[in-house]
Amino acid sequence: MRELFPAKQVWGFVLSLALTAAALLVYFFNMSRATGMTIFIVTAFIQAFVQLVVFMHARETDDSKSIFATLYYAIFIALITVFGTLLCMIWGWKY
Amino acid sequence: MGYFAKFAVPHPSPAIYASMIAIVVTVFLIIFGLTYFKKWIYLWSEWITTVDHKKIGTMYLIAALLMLFRGGVDALMMRAQTAVPDNKLLDSQHYNEVFSAHGVIMIIFMAMPYIMAFMNIVVPLQIGARDVAFPRLNAVSFWLFFMGAMLFNISFVIGGSPDAGWTSYFPLADNEFSPSVGTNYYMIAIQIAGIGTLMTGINFITTILRMRAPGMTLMRMPMFTWSAFVTSIIIIFAFPVLTIALLMGTMDRLFETKFFAMTDGGMDMLWANLFWVWGHPEVYILILPAFGIFSEIIPTFSRRNIYGYKSMVISMVVISLYSFFVWTHHFFTMGQTAYVNSIFSITTMVIAVPTGIKIFNWLLTMWKGRIRFTVPMLYSIAFIPLFTIGGVTGVMLAMSAADYQYHNTMFLVAHFHNVIIPGVAFAVLAGSTYYWPKIFGFMLNERIGKWAFWFLTIGFSLAFFPMYITGLDGQARRMYTYSEASGYGLLNFVSFIGAAFMAISFVLIVYTIYYSIRHSPRHVGGDPWDARSLEWATHNPVPEYNFAIIPQVDSREPFWDAKYKRYELFKGDYKKIHMPNNSGVPFIMSALFFVFGFALVFSMWILAVISLIGIFICMAHRSFEIDHGHYISVEEIKETEVKMGGNHK
Repeated sequence: MRELFPAKQVWGFVLSLALTAAALLVYFFNMSRATGMTIFIVTAFIQAFVQLVVFMHARETDDSKSIFATLYYAIFIALITVFGTLLCMIWGWKY
Repeated sequence: MGYFAKFAVPHPSPAIYASMIAIVVTVFLIIFGLTYFKKWIYLWSEWITTVDHKKIGTMYLIAALLMLFRGGVDALMMRAQTAVPDNKLLDSQHYNEVFSAHGVIMIIFMAMPYIMAFMNIVVPLQIGARDVAFPRLNAVSFWLFFMGAMLFNISFVIGGSPDAGWTSYFPLADNEFSPSVGTNYYMIAIQIAGIGTLMTGINFITTILRMRAPGMTLMRMPMFTWSAFVTSIIIIFAFPVLTIALLMGTMDRLFETKFFAMTDGGMDMLWANLFWVWGHPEVYILILPAFGIFSEIIPTFSRRNIYGYKSMVISMVVISLYSFFVWTHHFFTMGQTAYVNSIFSITTMVIAVPTGIKIFNWLLTMWKGRIRFTVPMLYSIAFIPLFTIGGVTGVMLAMSAADYQYHNTMFLVAHFHNVIIPGVAFAVLAGSTYYWPKIFGFMLNERIGKWAFWFLTIGFSLAFFPMYITGLDGQARRMYTYSEASGYGLLNFVSFIGAAFMAISFVLIVYTIYYSIRHSPRHVGGDPWDARSLEWATHNPVPEYNFAIIPQVDSREPFWDAKYKRYELFKGDYKKIHMPNNSGVPFIMSALFFVFGFALVFSMWILAVISLIGIFICMAHRSFEIDHGHYISVEEIKETEVKMGGNHK
């Protein structure tokens, strides 16, 4: 019975509901912009990870290594692009 | 008539009216010719609906040659205008339009499809596959590129050319300073072609990861396939940035949003930033496959295997990563602090290292080799010193403090032509000559080809080396004229002579093709160059199914080993072959994209909505279509193999 029950999927579902509820707090409670954005970003990234691993089966096939390599590469490029842009357009802007 | 007034060219000249007449006459002649020779059905069933990677590659090749002509004429007009001081050949507005068109066409509608042509023709053959992973998607890619190119090209006779440079910087490209529809064409035509490129990237990653012949591990792949793989990775990470930047630019122009405006919270420099976040990786998208082509040609004509295979692969992978770290060096003078500039100076200098490794590998491949000076090899040998000069001036430009002197001068123009022409243009011309028998089944004439090579190399040196000097003397790029007192006259005239040499070289290349079609012997066999990799293991021209039997790979150069070490490449018997069916939907959908783009350019909303619905209908058709492809029977394979002079079974 234990093998047949999709415990992982149920937990994933509960977790994704909980994360959505956590993100909704920002709407219902009066908090600063910085706190709100932090909650959004943190919950969004955990949510994306849960979806990938639990429901999109990123870990279950033989090519999971290349899936994660691509993922890390993409995240790395995205971070470089975003923070590089912030660096030259805002933080390092002279005029 | 009021309705049609918006299609008029805002700044006409006799040359534009002449082009209009020429376009109408050409279209009429093509329609007449096709009808007279009864070729409509042939054209539709053999080419327009094809999903065969070799035919799609051939169409890319032809489109690229046509665009090379258009971009080359633009270049000649610019060089003629600046040949003497205070020239009146073009006025400033026309000069703006001509250099904008030259840049866009040469990068996006000439170099890109030329690279795509080789990726399409060569990669499936090199990995021993029957086609790409998604043949139908491949046809969509080509037709989207083609329709984007055509949309861009009609701009100069309908509504006016873009005139804000190939970089189309805001705020200049905004409605306030570029009121004609020209920049709309820029935004939408590149968007349509860019979607096609993105699909190609996805297609080739899947093809290379999934469809290699048995035994071909990643570290046994030929260099060109490696370069196509790395390029595809860069494409899928870089092009989404362009897609979004163009979308925001289109919104700014059509719907008055303020993404790149100078007021209301917009940020004009953000365009430059996003453009180069795509634009710098784009440079490597062009140059890496070019390196791949050289890496195929140099070992073949040196009779040696490539030196430092592993370091070649590693440097390409490293370049693909580094190419995303350097974009700010395109606007060192924009207003960041010295601290930011220093970071990007260092990353830029670092990227020269893997490129340098590749240069040494090519040199060491030739070292002690038995070199044959064929046309492709001549291009490859000339590439090395010329490209190195371009690379060294690139490192000069990378020094941000010194860049304040070079920025926006002819020095920069000389630098990027010095890397793109010996890098990309030499590679694709060498590649065309090298793969010509593979595509068409006969060789290009070597004697005329060598003349073309020498005219191009000397013409290139004459045209671009003087620009380094005028640039250091302060001649700004994109200036339509200069005074006699500036003293730029003589060197600019030398440049013009160089450009004329390059034009002669283009004529010679076209003549080689014509001459070889008429006189070159057919039946050159499968391996006219004594080459090393799998694409030469099948017949010339390649049969529809590529390989009658999928080759078995056991080393990095299976075909060479099969020839000289008695290694058996094709094991087993013929089996029926599963092939994809042709389809007209990619063409129809892309034609609807053309109409959609045209409607957006002129803000014709009803037409835009109708064509968009048509595009969605095409997609829905594909979703519900049941198409299992077709089989080629064993008898048919045998028949083809015998006809091709098959030497096995």
